[in-house]
Amino acid sequence: MTETGLTFLDRPNSYIGRAVPRPNLERLTQGRGQYVSDMVLPRMGHVTFVRSPYAHARILGIDTGAAKSHKGVLAVVTGAELALVCTPWIGVLTHLKGLKSAPQHPIAIKKACWQGEAVAAIVARTRAEAEDAAELVHVEYEELPVVTDMETALDPATPVIHPELGDNLAWERLHVAGDVNAAFAEADHIIEATFGFGRHTGVTLEPRACLADYNPGDGRLTVYQGTQAPHMIQNVLAKHLDLPEHNVRVVCKDVGGSFGIKVHVYADEVASAALSKLLRRPVKYVADRIESFVTDIHARDHRVRGRIGVMNDGQITAFEIDDLTGIGPYSMYPRTSAIEANQVVNFTGGQYTCPNYRARARVVFQNKNVTCQYRAVGHPIACSVTEGLIDLAARRIGMDPVEIRRRNIIGDDAYPCVSSAGMRFEKLSHEAAMAKLLEMMDYETLRAEQAALRARGIYRGIGLASFIEVTNPSAAFYGVGGARISSQDGVTVKLDAGGALICHSSVTEQGQGAEAVTAQVLATAFGIPIERVRVTTGDTDNTPYGGGTWASRAAGIGGEAAWQAGKALRQNVLAVAGAILQAQPANLDICAGAVVDAATGRERMPLEEVARITYFRPDTLPPGIQAEFVVTRHYVPKQYPFAFTNGIQASLVEIDVETGFIRLLRHWAVEDCGTIINPQLVDEQVRGGIVQGLGPALFEHCIYDAQGQLLNGNMADYLVPMSAEMPDIEVGHVSTPTAESELGAKGAGEAGTAGAAAAVMNAVNDALAPFGAVITSIPITPKSVLAALGHI
Amino acid sequence: MSERELSFMLNGEAVMLRVAPRRHLADVLREDLGLTGTHLGCEQGVCGACTVRVDGEIVRSCLMLAVQCEGSHVETIEGLSDSGEVADLQNAFRVRNALQCGFCTPGMIITADDLLRRQPSPSRDGIREHMAGNYCRCTGYHAIVDAIEATAEKRHRKGAVSD
Repeated sequence: MTETGLTFLDRPNSYIGRAVPRPNLERLTQGRGQYVSDMVLPRMGHVTFVRSPYAHARILGIDTGAAKSHKGVLAVVTGAELALVCTPWIGVLTHLKGLKSAPQHPIAIKKACWQGEAVAAIVARTRAEAEDAAELVHVEYEELPVVTDMETALDPATPVIHPELGDNLAWERLHVAGDVNAAFAEADHIIEATFGFGRHTGVTLEPRACLADYNPGDGRLTVYQGTQAPHMIQNVLAKHLDLPEHNVRVVCKDVGGSFGIKVHVYADEVASAALSKLLRRPVKYVADRIESFVTDIHARDHRVRGRIGVMNDGQITAFEIDDLTGIGPYSMYPRTSAIEANQVVNFTGGQYTCPNYRARARVVFQNKNVTCQYRAVGHPIACSVTEGLIDLAARRIGMDPVEIRRRNIIGDDAYPCVSSAGMRFEKLSHEAAMAKLLEMMDYETLRAEQAALRARGIYRGIGLASFIEVTNPSAAFYGVGGARISSQDGVTVKLDAGGALICHSSVTEQGQGAEAVTAQVLATAFGIPIERVRVTTGDTDNTPYGGGTWASRAAGIGGEAAWQAGKALRQNVLAVAGAILQAQPANLDICAGAVVDAATGRERMPLEEVARITYFRPDTLPPGIQAEFVVTRHYVPKQYPFAFTNGIQASLVEIDVETGFIRLLRHWAVEDCGTIINPQLVDEQVRGGIVQGLGPALFEHCIYDAQGQLLNGNMADYLVPMSAEMPDIEVGHVSTPTAESELGAKGAGEAGTAGAAAAVMNAVNDALAPFGAVITSIPITPKSVLAALGHI
Repeated sequence: MSERELSFMLNGEAVMLRVAPRRHLADVLREDLGLTGTHLGCEQGVCGACTVRVDGEIVRSCLMLAVQCEGSHVETIEGLSDSGEVADLQNAFRVRNALQCGFCTPGMIITADDLLRRQPSPSRDGIREHMAGNYCRCTGYHAIVDAIEATAEKRHRKGAVSD
């Protein structure tokens, strides 16, 4: 509610709920964006890294002589040399009790722990010269036993990667709710399945890029970086390069895709900043695609044994999971690599009323690239296990998948409530979302069509997947565990002399539309045409302190800060306008860029005139009036640790049972992100997220051999979703605003990825049902279909 | 590595420079000529982000050596934007939010324009087929197909009127 008792819906000329085009798109369509990979600074050196060809090897010696004398080379630096200016880190959080990891250096010193870990850096005038010289660096390795299989990582016979840690177990969590043993004992049926989630990775089209510029003149380090969390990077660089935090500035330009890939601290990026300090000149690092595949965080790599107990009437009596995940040789810094397993435990079964739940999650080290948080952290795993088990249960008792969900889903009238994993839900809308989805897809007709086609030897499958999604995180995610990652965000807004708004927000923009949403909210709260709002993000010197854009938080948290800032500035401007117009500020409002009578809407004075008098003729203002045309407001959720949202997806597939090929025919999604600020942006977040879930469901897989060698680390061999294989995607909404903020917006960025793979897996199994075949590991490939059918 | 003289037409303007024969066109466009709208995603000819037009045909500038452009007409997103040739596609992408991070967009627009010049009224499947060599991680492609379809319809209507 605003001071006048109106909600944003009542604001005249509201932009909330409108599909306003994003302001920065014209520039990007013309190729006039500026990504970090485009940037050039005077005296800039390019760094490339010599990377370990072995998954696990002791470094016996590094001969840099030939490389150092190569044309164009400015420096060749080993891990030991870089350690003189950069301290190591350990990726743990205190609230994940028992989580352990080993110290990680920006460049490996004594041994390399995965294929692709940097062992030396070459800085040269050009990237090509640096790469030429990299071939001349001679590293003498002693190969060490390799730990790749997470199933045997904890066996006593398996070597321990970091002997000082005692074993290869990074973290373990147990959770029990209700009486699980009794619930399984009373079940009419117990169904078990083992679910596999292959390793995949982000493949942002612009690889990771940073340009570090240490200026010894003022002792300041400026880092231009494609990152989702600039203040986090500022803190980490200051800490490990021994600089005062205020002497580190992180600036984000346009970012060519992030998806969680660019929210972490990468050893080679820290090394680039350290090299800039060491060499006292700008150093640019842009990962090439081959490097990206072996160093960008990988995701998932889980094996989950699941059990469900069910009664003949469809009632679920218990869920049980045993999750095992391999995270590479280190827990990533500073967010750690245990969060995904934690979220698998937190979210499994969370859509359903069943109170009996037992979970174990184990996180193990291995000699592969590191894994960490990637779009929809843990969600696709929890959703696929839950929804996969429910479909198997429905099949066992001969019940339609819709009906079994209806009988177990948490009712829309049951809120607030707490899940069996202890998650607190303010208000969700599973029932309304499912009703809407079934109507959108015309479920009954599809079932009839499926039966008719099946009689002709055409095998189609329909799969459903409902899910919960965690958004708008409070400090419960990272802050409580000791990580200096802000859960609060802020917006500063000022009225400039021309009567336009200049805004700085601590959330960041990588294409999701955070800047557009911020502009919409500000324009509405303040009362100005959106063309007169300019939003800047991603600059630690100039924006308020904040978290950035990750975990579906930019609209819900940054948007609320913008709403409060816009309202506050309106009051400040009206105070001055009242003095000029000799009117009570309470009787005035701002609408369409002019001060108006609140009651009638009659224009009293354009904003330009208020600004002109304020800035250039303050002598004409009454005594005691001091205009404050800059305001800052912050927001952080406090009542709930997370604003959970929900949704449901459906997939229609057709399988060629001779070749095993799967064709995605249609995909539907209904999600509930509360107040929808920009419906087009929400739809496109959902669509993009879905395709990011369809990729790993059918194509994407980082394939390692037993020696820890990535076998398909390039874009020709690692399959990503391309336009020809992807279906049209229909998106619908239910809107249940959170009461915690005035705006009521929750996140939407990860909903698509959360449920897509589960919907496809269930659809594939539905199509294969006549053959009794079941597939519970992704990616589902033609080969796995043929194997399930017994053809190979 | 000895450099070679190279001259070609770039967005209607004659350019002359010396380049090492091993360098690909995308690097020379970006680093030597400052046209950073041509993006590099894979340097392997797979992702399509570096798509430019050479003598009227779309090519992957990461797979073409700069010295192979001797005497050619090279057009990049900057030139096609300034000439207004792809303005309708750019507007359709903007209005439909058919781009998020924008990194694939120059290549997408040049490839889409190539389709519409060959085939004025493509089906949605036809659009998906033609665009299948251009990778987009953000949108899921649906909006891109919509934007291209809408542009095709507009160009078609415009053509019908002028006929």
